[in-house]
Amino acid sequence: MIPKLEVKDLSYSYHTPEGETRALSRISFDVQDGEFLAVVGPSGCGKSTLLSLLAGLLRPEEGEIFIDGVPRRESRAVIGYMLQKDHLFEWRSILDNVSLGPEIRRSLTGPVREELRTMLDTYGLLPFAHARPSQLSGGMRQRAALIRTLALKPDILLLDEPFSALDYQTRLEVCDDISTIIRTQKKTAVLITHDLSEAISAADRILVLTSRPARVRSVLEISFSPEYDRPLARRNAPEFSSYFNLLWKELKNP
Amino acid sequence: MTSPVLSEAQQAFLNRERRHRRRVAALRLLTFVLFLLIWELCSSYEIINSFIFSSPSRVVLCFLQMAADGSIFLHTGVTLLETLVSFFLVTAVGLAGAVLLWSSRSLYEVAEPYLVMLNSLPKSALAPLLIVWLGNRMTTIIAAAVSVAVFGSILTLYTGFRQTDPDKIRLILALGGTRRDILTKVLIPSSVPLLINSMKVNAGLCLVGVIIGEFLSARAGLGYLIIYASQVFKMDMLVMSIVILCLMSAALYQGIAWGEKKAGR
Repeated sequence: MIPKLEVKDLSYSYHTPEGETRALSRISFDVQDGEFLAVVGPSGCGKSTLLSLLAGLLRPEEGEIFIDGVPRRESRAVIGYMLQKDHLFEWRSILDNVSLGPEIRRSLTGPVREELRTMLDTYGLLPFAHARPSQLSGGMRQRAALIRTLALKPDILLLDEPFSALDYQTRLEVCDDISTIIRTQKKTAVLITHDLSEAISAADRILVLTSRPARVRSVLEISFSPEYDRPLARRNAPEFSSYFNLLWKELKNP
Repeated sequence: MTSPVLSEAQQAFLNRERRHRRRVAALRLLTFVLFLLIWELCSSYEIINSFIFSSPSRVVLCFLQMAADGSIFLHTGVTLLETLVSFFLVTAVGLAGAVLLWSSRSLYEVAEPYLVMLNSLPKSALAPLLIVWLGNRMTTIIAAAVSVAVFGSILTLYTGFRQTDPDKIRLILALGGTRRDILTKVLIPSSVPLLINSMKVNAGLCLVGVIIGEFLSARAGLGYLIIYASQVFKMDMLVMSIVILCLMSAALYQGIAWGEKKAGR
């Protein structure tokens, strides 16, 4: 079976007049359709660079990225990218903010607008459709940012520490919320995080990277019995702490 | 969200605030009235020479005379027209210039030293040059006023564009946007407060430029009136022109502040 996303020998360096910094070194992995992959690694190891490459914001120096077996640049697949902060524009209402993607792709028609309203309704934001972002709580803003990302019906979702700007309690709730939304919509997702418990509670597999330049250290399969399907429930599962210790050791040992 | 029933402390606070605001307003008015009164009394008791220092009553009288023959409206209108035209030109050229510089890194790097130099050049030095080039016309005055404000305006707006959060730009790119989308959906909307601030500065600078221009080459306008009045020693007319200029600059500023409030909604 062709994986949804395949990364082969990907390398990337940053160039400045002062010198060259190698961020990624020969990274290879794949993600199956509907799978939720988490990427963890020491801070500053190049995780965000990896997502920028996957999103097409940077061009790989070496190696290749395939989506459904087709090279990244020839693929017509839509990739949704969710950043650390919500970056909702204060000069737009929530409805206008979530319409940004279709608006840019010139596909914002009546039915699309109606669909967005339905999505706002599903995620409890319809009463705020005409509110300004500053009137919403942190968790609601992050949900609006997810709807903005989903509005383009992406084949793959890239999440760059999307919960890290939230306070702890909101963060648990929003992580639970958003992972469940992604799962029910059967989206393929790549989540970058430095929070090990977040990775274990949300992902099907965890990719562990080394410190800079990042290489793949190991891949960890995560599976919980079905009664612990939601992220918040997983945290109470008996397997949780053993996964945590395993992951901790992987990151600790040089 | 204030509750209809105010606590005693809140009520006391509100009262204190209101008293404070009233006192400031009263003192402002008092300063003005006192200034006029002292000026008027000094000239009527001949402590100061009213021929040189004029007096409030003589200024008002002069205004009424010139209002009767309509000439003051001509001069004020000319200056106002020149200021507004140059203000809109500066705003448009400033915005266009900043967008152009933003669109090409090389262009900015080539143009930067020239812009910095032109910005710090005393523009009054350019006015005589402009008169020779463009002649004794309104165009000259508008060109002088534009030259005073336009370079600073370009640099300010460009700096604002460059300070936009790079993640907001990444967001647009990730949604499949082009540089044009970055410009129209992020840079310009997020620079609106900066644009308004620069407009407030520009309104003042344009007025300066118009007056410089009118000093040197004009047959009408408040700047012309000031020079004419000083040459024939009509100090009442000179002071009156300055008072009108004060009112005009205040009105321009308030006009932009009003526009800002409207746009903020």
